[in-house]
Amino acid sequence: MSAKTLFEKIWDAHVVAPETADTPAIIYIDLHLVHEVTSPQAFDELRSRGLKLRRTDRTLATLDHSTPTLPAGPDGERPYANAEAKAQVAQLEENCREFGVELHGWDSSERGIVHVIGPELGATQPGNTIVCGDSHTSTHGAFGALAFGIGTTEVGHVMATQCLLQRKPKTLAIHVDGELPKGVGAKDLILHIIGHIGVDGGTGHVIEYRGAAIEKLSMEERMTVCNMSIEAGARAGLIAPDETTFAWLKGRPRVPQGEAWDRAVAHWRTLKTDDGAQYDREVRIDAGTIKPTVTYGTHPGMAIAMDAPVPAARNAVEQRALDYMQSRAGQPMQGSKVDVVFVGSCTNSRLSDLREAAGVLRGRRVADGVRMLVVPGSEAVRRDAEAEGLHEVFRAAGAEWRIPGCSMCIAMNGDLAQPGQLVVSTSNRNFEGRQGKGARTVLASPATAAASAVAGAIADPREYMTEVAA
Amino acid sequence: MQPVTRIHSRTAVMADENIDTDRIIPARFLTTTTRTGLGKLCFNDWRYLPDGSDNPAFPLNQPEAKGCAIVVAGRNFGCGSSREHAPWALLDYGIQAVLCSEIADIFRNNALKNGLLAIVVSAAEHEWLLANPGIELSIDVQGQYIALPDGGRISFVLEPFARHCLLNGVDQLGYLLQNEKLIAHYEEQEQAA
Ligand code: SF4
Repeated sequence: MSAKTLFEKIWDAHVVAPETADTPAIIYIDLHLVHEVTSPQAFDELRSRGLKLRRTDRTLATLDHSTPTLPAGPDGERPYANAEAKAQVAQLEENCREFGVELHGWDSSERGIVHVIGPELGATQPGNTIVCGDSHTSTHGAFGALAFGIGTTEVGHVMATQCLLQRKPKTLAIHVDGELPKGVGAKDLILHIIGHIGVDGGTGHVIEYRGAAIEKLSMEERMTVCNMSIEAGARAGLIAPDETTFAWLKGRPRVPQGEAWDRAVAHWRTLKTDDGAQYDREVRIDAGTIKPTVTYGTHPGMAIAMDAPVPAARNAVEQRALDYMQSRAGQPMQGSKVDVVFVGSCTNSRLSDLREAAGVLRGRRVADGVRMLVVPGSEAVRRDAEAEGLHEVFRAAGAEWRIPGCSMCIAMNGDLAQPGQLVVSTSNRNFEGRQGKGARTVLASPATAAASAVAGAIADPREYMTEVAA
Repeated sequence: MQPVTRIHSRTAVMADENIDTDRIIPARFLTTTTRTGLGKLCFNDWRYLPDGSDNPAFPLNQPEAKGCAIVVAGRNFGCGSSREHAPWALLDYGIQAVLCSEIADIFRNNALKNGLLAIVVSAAEHEWLLANPGIELSIDVQGQYIALPDGGRISFVLEPFARHCLLNGVDQLGYLLQNEKLIAHYEEQEQAA
C-alpha cells in the first residue's frame, strides 16, 4: 500500500463513485451544518421537486448570522436589524420543522455560531467529511476532518443526496517549525502564514498544517488556524488528530461512548499522514520569528508584524487599499488610533479567546471614546465564561457583553461600525465594508484586541500580559 | 438551468485584484430568502455614491461598459465567502461571463452551477484582455475558445462535467439522484463497518 496523506485517507474513505475524465467523484458527506443565510433557497429546491431531506440524522442547524446579540425586550421581541432578518430566522425554524432537522434555535442551550457548536457537541469528528454553506467550515479541519464551504446549490445537493460532486483537490503542506514566542498566539500565526503565502496561495488546495508548533497548539488554537485557511484561498485546512484531539472530544454529546469510543480512537490514530507520503506543494514557516501580527490593508494577506513598517503599495489596487485603511507606507500599525474593538466570530470566540482578552482587561479600562463588543461564540461559551466571571471583567472594563452570534464579523445583524471607524477585530475578514460601509478593519488576536482597547490605539499585548497572572 | 453555449459581447474591465464576495454583494443584503432581484444590489457599496447616485469611478458605470455581459476581472476574482448570492447578483445584473487568470474556487463552482461562465485564461492572455477593454468577444463553450475580433482565439478549459451541464442545461442534482443506488450501497457498507 502506498503512503497516503491525511487528506487522501479521508477522501478515499468517502468515495461513492470515483472520478472519471468526464465526471467528478461522488463524495459522501458525514455531517451537514446548516444556518439561516445560505439554506432557504435550498429548502425551496427540495420542496419544488418534492424531495425529502435524506439524512436528518446527519444534519444540524443553528441560528447565528442574522440574529441580534442584544436580548429580547420585556415584550419578548428580539431586536432584529430588520424585518427580513427576522423573516429569515423564522424561515429556518419552519424549514427545520417541516423537514425534520435538529435546530439549535433560540430555545436551545447549545445555540451558537455554526463552527463553534459543531465541535462543542462532538458532531465534528476526525476522519469525517463536513460541509456547510459557509466558507469558514474549514474550522472543523482542526479535528482532522475534511471540512469545506459550499454554495447554496450544493447545500441542496447534500440535503437531497448526502453527497457532493467533487474533483479531487491538490494538497499543500505547511510545516510550522520551532515554537511560538511567548505572547504570540494562533491568530498571529495564521495571519503570518496568509501574509506569507498570499490570499490565493492555497487556491485549489487542501492545506495540512503540521510540525512542532502545530502539535503544541490546543484544540481552540488549531480551530483558529484552520478557520482562516479559506483566507489563503484553500477550501479546507487539516491538522492530524492526536491525543490533544481525543482528550478534547471525549465525553461530548455526539461522540461514541464506552467501547465504541475506544474503537473510534483506534481508527482515528491511523488517519495521520504516512511517512513518505507526497504533497503537491510544501511550505516551511519558522514559528520562532513571528510577532503579534495585524492586517494593514483590505484583505487578510495584507498582514504584518504590528511594529513593522507598512510596505509601500506595489500597484494602484494596493494603494487604494492603503488609502481606504488610512494606513501609511513606512509607518507601523502599532499606535494607530482605534474606535471600536470586536472580540468574537468563529475565529476567536471560544472560552480560551475570552480568557485571553479578559486577562489583558482585568483591572483595566477600555480607553475613552473606544467601544468594545465581546460576543461569545455559543451559549455554552457564554455559560462557561459567566461561571468564571469573565463577563464581569469585561463589563467592569467598560466593554459590552452580548449574547452569541456572528455579530460584527459579518455585520448583517445590525452590529456594525460607522464609516471611517477603525475596528480592531478578532474575526477573519478585513474586506472593504465587511464590518459596515466605510468601516476599516484590522484583524488581530484577542490579546491584541484587548490591549488596543485599553490603549485606545493598536498596542502590543505583551506589554499588558506580564503583570497579569494567567 | 438553461443551456449556455455561446456568449457574445463587448468586454468591460474591472482591473482590481481580489474583488471579494463582500464587494460583489455586501453581507447586509444576505437576509433574502430568494435568489431573485439581487442585480440592483450588485456591487452596491462601490457602484453608488452615499447619496444613491451612480459612482462615476465604478468601472461598470462607465458609458462604454453599459450592456457588457463579459467582465475581465483582476486576479483572484470572487475570493471570500461561499455565498451563491454573488453569482446570482452578477447574473441578474446582466453579467454572463467573468474572465480572469485565477478565480476563487468556491465562487467558480457556484458560478458554473448557475450558468455564469467563470473562465480562467493564462496570465499573458489576461494581461492582454485587461489592456484592451471594450473589444467584442465570442465565447464558445462547446469549442472551449474565445474568438477575438481579429480572428485569433484564446482557448480555455472547463471542468468537463461542468461544461457538459452548461451545454445541455443539465441539472447536477438530477445527476446525483440518478446515482441513488450507489449512495444507498455506500450507506449500507458504512453501516456494516
Ligand atoms: S462568525 Fe463570521 S466567519 Fe464565522 S460563520 Fe459567522 S459570519 Fe461566517
